[in-house]
Amino acid sequence: MDYKAALKEINEKMNLEFSILHLSEDEVYLLASPDDFKNICLALHKLLHAPVASFFAQDARKEKGAFKIYCSFMSAKYKKWFFVVTEIPQDNPKFDSLAKEIYSASLFEREIKEMFGIEPIGNPDLRRLRLHDEIWPNDVYPLRKDFKVPELNNVSGVYCFNKVEGEGIFEIPVGPVHAGIIGPGHFRFSSVGEPIINLEIRLGFTHRGIEKFFEGKNAGDALRICECVSGDASFAHSLSYAMAIEKISGIKVLDDTRLMRAVFLELERMYNHINDIGGMAVDVGFSFPAAFASIVKENILQLNEKITGSRYLRNINCIGGITMAWDKDKTQILRDSLKKIYKDFDEIKKILLSSVSFMDRADGTGILKKKTAEDMGITGLAGRASGIAVDLRKDFPGIYGEVNFNLIKQATGDCLGRLFMRISEFEDSIKLIRQFLDKLETHRSDAPPHKSTGLTVEDRRVRDPLISGIRPQAAAQSNSDIKEGFALGYVESWRGPVLYWVKLDKAGAIERCKIVDASFLNWQGLSFCVLGDIIPDFPLCNKSFDLSYSGNDL
Amino acid sequence: MRIIKNRIRKGVVTKSIDMGFLANAEIETMGVELKKIIHERFSRSFHIREVDTGSCGACESEIIATTNPIYDIQRFGINFVASPRHADCLLVTGPVSKNMAVALKKTYEAMPEPKFVITLGNCAYDGGIFKDAYYTESGVASILPVTFHIPGCPPKPIDIIKAILTFLKKG
Repeated sequence: MDYKAALKEINEKMNLEFSILHLSEDEVYLLASPDDFKNICLALHKLLHAPVASFFAQDARKEKGAFKIYCSFMSAKYKKWFFVVTEIPQDNPKFDSLAKEIYSASLFEREIKEMFGIEPIGNPDLRRLRLHDEIWPNDVYPLRKDFKVPELNNVSGVYCFNKVEGEGIFEIPVGPVHAGIIGPGHFRFSSVGEPIINLEIRLGFTHRGIEKFFEGKNAGDALRICECVSGDASFAHSLSYAMAIEKISGIKVLDDTRLMRAVFLELERMYNHINDIGGMAVDVGFSFPAAFASIVKENILQLNEKITGSRYLRNINCIGGITMAWDKDKTQILRDSLKKIYKDFDEIKKILLSSVSFMDRADGTGILKKKTAEDMGITGLAGRASGIAVDLRKDFPGIYGEVNFNLIKQATGDCLGRLFMRISEFEDSIKLIRQFLDKLETHRSDAPPHKSTGLTVEDRRVRDPLISGIRPQAAAQSNSDIKEGFALGYVESWRGPVLYWVKLDKAGAIERCKIVDASFLNWQGLSFCVLGDIIPDFPLCNKSFDLSYSGNDL
Repeated sequence: MRIIKNRIRKGVVTKSIDMGFLANAEIETMGVELKKIIHERFSRSFHIREVDTGSCGACESEIIATTNPIYDIQRFGINFVASPRHADCLLVTGPVSKNMAVALKKTYEAMPEPKFVITLGNCAYDGGIFKDAYYTESGVASILPVTFHIPGCPPKPIDIIKAILTFLKKG
């Protein structure tokens, strides 16, 4: 049964009205009335067996006199992203909450309430995630178009933590400033003796207002901001954003550009995975492999710099292309380095896996069951460690479809499972890069590197004022090959999916940009997996997830 | 007894480090200078407390990289400490999210005198790429007295070490 038949069934059997809008080959929009919105979401959720991938609002009061909300599900089976869309009247901004039926919608609804003031009726928890009550007044919603920065003098709100009460229960507050060199976040443990009974994670300390900051920015300029959303996934974020813009504007990306991008994506995966493998060793006090891993990480960062000029793969992505040229030397450097890196990595792996005390700490610690993970919508590596076989590189393969690559998952969902995931993904990345390099060598065209517009060579000859003599003004106009519209960009970063839903206006400026980093849903997974474990195991669990503070807080 | 035997048989296990394309000599000469200054002025150990006020994480990654075996900044007497009470210097990254302003002030207040603040990364200077975002203060200097700034987005580990040396030399 293809998806159209399935949707028709929902339409007829359940008597739910919606119209279908196809924009690109992998996105389907279902336009519904506010009354049917919830039921359509529930029906889709049941049909696709997928958690909410993204759920956000958009202020369309100027054009429509209403807010729009979009609830998105990913389907690996149909290779599509489904969006349920409805308009919410501005004078009564409310909708029926999905949170009680689909748990993964809960955090998104809190976000919509916080940023737009649209109330999800029936969501039991509407505390704010990022605008802290101590700082920000209650009724100021930053993502509304008529938002003005308020006076912040007379704010005295209090955030209510979940209270666990009983004999012998005590609370341990940790953060926002932590002992190590890491991002800020507040962790509140409730425990009896050593085992953790409840962990509440309060984030938002690195909130900078990025989604608002995107608004009005030129589509090309905003690429540099994407790289600073989460520094350790700079390339994945910029790629996801670039994909969205390319889709909107119908820009075709050359094959060798796609290959190069895949190489960089895998390099990013490698340096982060080895960092976390080392980090897990640190957190059990096993310093030799940790130091060894940090050398390998540094080697990969230096390799990045050698090839691209940037240790964190910044400033190389642009709309429609890559700003650098590839040559034989680079292929050779990569091949040589990978050989050496693999040898070192193998040694670290052996040291770790043959240490009884290390294995004892990691094995069976921080278990996240598959059912729990599914309900919470845990994505990416952490999800695969719990047995959820979802990987965008496999489900929406693109260039990955042309190489040999197996989806790896673990069944245990404990720290060791996540460690094994990292180890096997690291090894896979090396294999993938080698295959991509082979392909680059065979069908490498001699196209010069793309400049910021990222047009093909032929186009550039026409557009580029320096080459063709077109007056700069005309060039500036055609520079906006960027068209009006909206689309979703998605990339499997090393943590998991990074989604950018972008809407551009007529001038090619950003009207709304919704970012979902894999960390956003996965933080809940961390707070669940530590329950019953002892507090000294928390750092290990934390590192086994290694989630981004800034990617979550935006 | 077995342990001692084992120990003698194995000897010292070492591994030669690949420095990549870094000039090893450069780090070493800087190190000698750093060590000398820190020996004289900070009685051998210069303690830094790091606070992230909303950076993207790349600056943190580079600061951590200065402690890896390739740079190994600790051998020159520079340590990153877990508590502000132990620190001579506060190293701040990020454009200062409004949520972090209080925590940043409290961390500074918890440090013993004499103390000073160094900012790291373009965001910390004036907000950097996030200048004028609605939820950021405009850089650390609007909250604390800043004595020195290490530019970059993010600065490389070798640049961080260089900058610290330049700063300490200045007096």
